[in-house]
Amino acid sequence: AGPLALARDLLAEGGEPFFVLNSDVICEFPFAALAHFHRQHGGEGSLVVTRVEEPAKYGVVVSEADTGRICRFVEKPRVFVSNKINAGLYIFSPGILQRIQLRPTSIEKEIFPAMAQEGQLYAMELQGFWMDIGQPKDFLTGMCMYLQALRAQHPEKLHSGPGVVGNVLVDPSAKIGANCVIGPNVTIGAGVVVEDGVRIKRCTVLQGARIRSHSWLESCIVGWSCSVGQWVRMENVTVLGEDVIVNDELYLNGANVLPHKSIAESVPEPRIIM
Amino acid sequence: GTRFRPLSFEVPKPLFPVAGVPMVQHHIEACAKVPGMKEILLMGFYQPHEALSRFLVSAQQEFKIPIRYLQEYAALGTGGGIYHFRDQILSGGAEAFFVLNADVCSEFPLQEMLEFRQQHGDAHSFVILGTTANRTQALNYGCIVANADTQEVQHYVEKPSTFVSEIINCGIYLFTPAIFQHIGEVFQRNQQELVLEESSNGWQRAEVIRLEQDVFTALAGSGKLYVYKTDGFWSQIKSAGSAIYASRLYLNQYSKSHPERLAQNKAGGPIIQGNVYIHPTASISSTAVLGPNVSIGEGVTVGAGVRVRESIVLHGASLHDHTCVLNTIVGWDSTIGRWARVEGTPSDPNPNDPYAKIDSETLFRDGRLTPSITILGCSVTIPAEVVILNSIVLPHKELSRSYKNQIIL
Repeated sequence: AGPLALARDLLAEGGEPFFVLNSDVICEFPFAALAHFHRQHGGEGSLVVTRVEEPAKYGVVVSEADTGRICRFVEKPRVFVSNKINAGLYIFSPGILQRIQLRPTSIEKEIFPAMAQEGQLYAMELQGFWMDIGQPKDFLTGMCMYLQALRAQHPEKLHSGPGVVGNVLVDPSAKIGANCVIGPNVTIGAGVVVEDGVRIKRCTVLQGARIRSHSWLESCIVGWSCSVGQWVRMENVTVLGEDVIVNDELYLNGANVLPHKSIAESVPEPRIIM
Repeated sequence: GTRFRPLSFEVPKPLFPVAGVPMVQHHIEACAKVPGMKEILLMGFYQPHEALSRFLVSAQQEFKIPIRYLQEYAALGTGGGIYHFRDQILSGGAEAFFVLNADVCSEFPLQEMLEFRQQHGDAHSFVILGTTANRTQALNYGCIVANADTQEVQHYVEKPSTFVSEIINCGIYLFTPAIFQHIGEVFQRNQQELVLEESSNGWQRAEVIRLEQDVFTALAGSGKLYVYKTDGFWSQIKSAGSAIYASRLYLNQYSKSHPERLAQNKAGGPIIQGNVYIHPTASISSTAVLGPNVSIGEGVTVGAGVRVRESIVLHGASLHDHTCVLNTIVGWDSTIGRWARVEGTPSDPNPNDPYAKIDSETLFRDGRLTPSITILGCSVTIPAEVVILNSIVLPHKELSRSYKNQIIL
């Protein structure tokens, strides 16, 4: 929260409420509904909550069912308290800036509890999907959820054609070769080249990467400008950082490869390659 | 033995194809080239088998020399078989005969062994073909100590526990009829010992004679046994992994001995790297990349964008598009689905050591399966998009998922 104090002048100017978002979260971002909710209750802050199956992994929010006024927070509770967690989307009135000093500050631990005690903090329940995408495994899950929502709302944005299965998003500047089967749940970035005979499932391929022919990828993140060789098999949340080269005919199983590495040997069991 | 399972479930090991032809055909070709070779006798404990009969017929036609299979009534050991059939061996009035173990891969310098015997021994000398191993691995073989000038064998020990010599027995011998005297002496000694034991199958056990332990050890130092040392390629073929290694050795030899057996790069054909054998009836996509060290058997189909390296693909098998097959033996009539990866781990000898031999692999080490060549038995089905790594799949299995480091029954 400390950084908000850095932007104090910019945020206070005009006196309007402002949104604050955790960037490692993906959902359908209900900005209009959240702004409306915030104006209605008139309190100093609103945050979005979402239901999860395993609330103990997160910070749990306890609030009044009818008004949404937040009573208290419990961080990673050991017994079941509530299944609603802080989704990392907020809207605040400028008054909150008086609570925040320019120093490292945890908004959940230091700011919110005081606001909740004063009855100034309200929770709005999120509709639709939500995912904390800080870990590669969850990033891919979040990607799948996003694509599913896109299919429901803007199916025309998804890629279709021969060799495309399920929800697939392809940048217009990407090139996909002959006899490929792409999808389900694949996103392909700008300038990516996928050569002939490639099979990709449940992957993110970032800008400028090249996947050479006959390779097979499932549940991977391929970083910017990577080069994946021919007849490579990558699976089980293999993550390639920027500018990684994977030689032909290798097998990568759960490899986490730091940027600018060349991989010349198979990685049959999950490990980190520095 | 059972070390060649599951491949030995389908054919007798001597008929297993190495570099595109049955293992023992390499022996037959070498024998047929020796001037004055009258006849070839195959001796073994295998039951009559259709593949064997067919092989005998076609081999006789091709090499224009009589070839017969003599079936032992029991497993009689490396010496017992030839002793049992000594009358057959001598019936044509042969003045000398070669004995070759079927499960070795070699240049077969038979003519050179004959010339060597003329120069160093006499018409009654016996010759063992020897080669050099490194000091550690020599302990796994028969070890030969020879006089540096005369090449007479002074001492012979089979699989010693301490170092004796780096010169090892290749399992290829040149004998004269006199050898049967020496084997006969062992037989009689065996009989006498068994009389004392009074066991019911004594007559059979007396006939089990090991050339190495029983005959060579005794002949060493007698002035009758010589060793001809070769630097040519040589390997035992005890396991599936060594079949792939032996294939490589023979495929290398083909550039001189049988260039017509090596596939060439040509328009509309697959991309060939290194030495590759492709049976004329195989159907290979022009976008496949094969080699080095690949043998493709009869009627095999290889789809678009397939990569095969260091592998043997047996007849009738089918590799679908984009598959990747490395260090694997693909069994007869097996199928590998699209984008599947089938991979083994080679057990090649250390390439930096010119005398290193392929290790006799143990299947398990410390309770875990040692990474080894992947073997698909006959009629195995591998589904699309899976990975099969360091595994052995028994015949007729239809897999439904990936496997690693396992034997699949």
